[in-house]
Amino acid sequence: MRSLRKLSRAAQLWLLLVGAALLTGAALLLTADVQGATAGVPMPVIEPARGGQCVKDPDYMRRNHMHVLEHQAELAVHGGVRDPRLSLKTCIQCHASQVSRSVAATKTDFCISCHTFAAVQTSCFECHAHRPANASAFPPLVHPTTGTTAHLTRQVLALDAQTPSAAPRP
Amino acid sequence: MKPETPTSARDADKSNRRGFLGVAAVGLAGILLAPGIRLIEVAQAAPSTGADPKVRWGMLIDSTKCRSGCTDCVTACNAEHGLPQNPKPTDAQWIRKIEIREIRTGRTQSLPVMCQHCAEPPCVDVCPTGASFKRADGIVLVDKHICIGCRYCMLACPYKARSFIHEPVTDQKPDAPRGKGTVESCTMCVHKVDRGEQPACVQACAAAGHNAIIFGNLNDPQSEIAQRVRNIQTSQLRADLKLDPSVRYHGI
Repeated sequence: MRSLRKLSRAAQLWLLLVGAALLTGAALLLTADVQGATAGVPMPVIEPARGGQCVKDPDYMRRNHMHVLEHQAELAVHGGVRDPRLSLKTCIQCHASQVSRSVAATKTDFCISCHTFAAVQTSCFECHAHRPANASAFPPLVHPTTGTTAHLTRQVLALDAQTPSAAPRP
Repeated sequence: MKPETPTSARDADKSNRRGFLGVAAVGLAGILLAPGIRLIEVAQAAPSTGADPKVRWGMLIDSTKCRSGCTDCVTACNAEHGLPQNPKPTDAQWIRKIEIREIRTGRTQSLPVMCQHCAEPPCVDVCPTGASFKRADGIVLVDKHICIGCRYCMLACPYKARSFIHEPVTDQKPDAPRGKGTVESCTMCVHKVDRGEQPACVQACAAAGHNAIIFGNLNDPQSEIAQRVRNIQTSQLRADLKLDPSVRYHGI
């Protein structure tokens, strides 16, 4: 304390200011931490699909779509048993984005959006087409329950605009 | 006084008008909903029954009808499977046109060569992972989920039918997934055959008016291909290897 008193009045003031600044900084950091914990990781953007109803329950699909696809691929390739309801082609026709016309071209597309959220890499589209073959597979999107159309497209467009370097491939 | 229309006639008239309105409404709804309905129809279509072991798909190539310089089958194959139309030397090749010339007589012929879909395929024998396989109906395929790209099958094939994909592929066709590091070859357009259609090269040859390739079930005595094979001289490429290919040639 004696050494402090030895300092000039101006220096004492400066020290006080620095202390106050440090305290405010720490407080801000703490609150930010608390906010982060409550808000969590931002949820993935998921566009409603065209078909209206998935072939299986969404909860089941979220966990097991890879097994369904793998089983179906095995049957189709080796046995020639092709079930259009369970083929990746039909999944893509239904889930392709209204904006990018793909499930994996931009960060907000169906597959990429959720796989990024779950931090799981998808290698399907290194070989498989990520968009339907023909443009006729794109009827105007009106979700049967929510009636979502333009609002969601705008939202996705806005997100796209923020990420101009959206990779064309996963 | 206006003569009154009989009640029954009036009713009939009304019902006609109602009927017309109903038809119009259905039509309008059809126009508005048609694209959406198409998707749902696709989704509800019955699954195909699968490869039938009683069937043996085959092709008969009539080299007397095949025109020199015509590459419609190659172009159609490339378009169908998303292969590059102007391939580099390292690009995959599923079907190629070759010209053969008899040295003594100078007689030349042009014919397509692709995977011969052998009954005893050497590519299947040598595959270390089981990726190369023969379907119950005789079509020889590669399961690219299992293929490790060792290229042993390419060495084993006497017809040079298989290709390795060296570089990353983009813009694949939904029916023909293709990716770097795997081996591939003619699939006899298995996705079309399972839908009951003809392979792309056969369709293209017919569209060009040559009809040099016939596709069908070799095991069905009533099929066109079985009848032709029974009635005209045909041969297999490298018959000495006893691989019994499903693709037969006439006039070579």
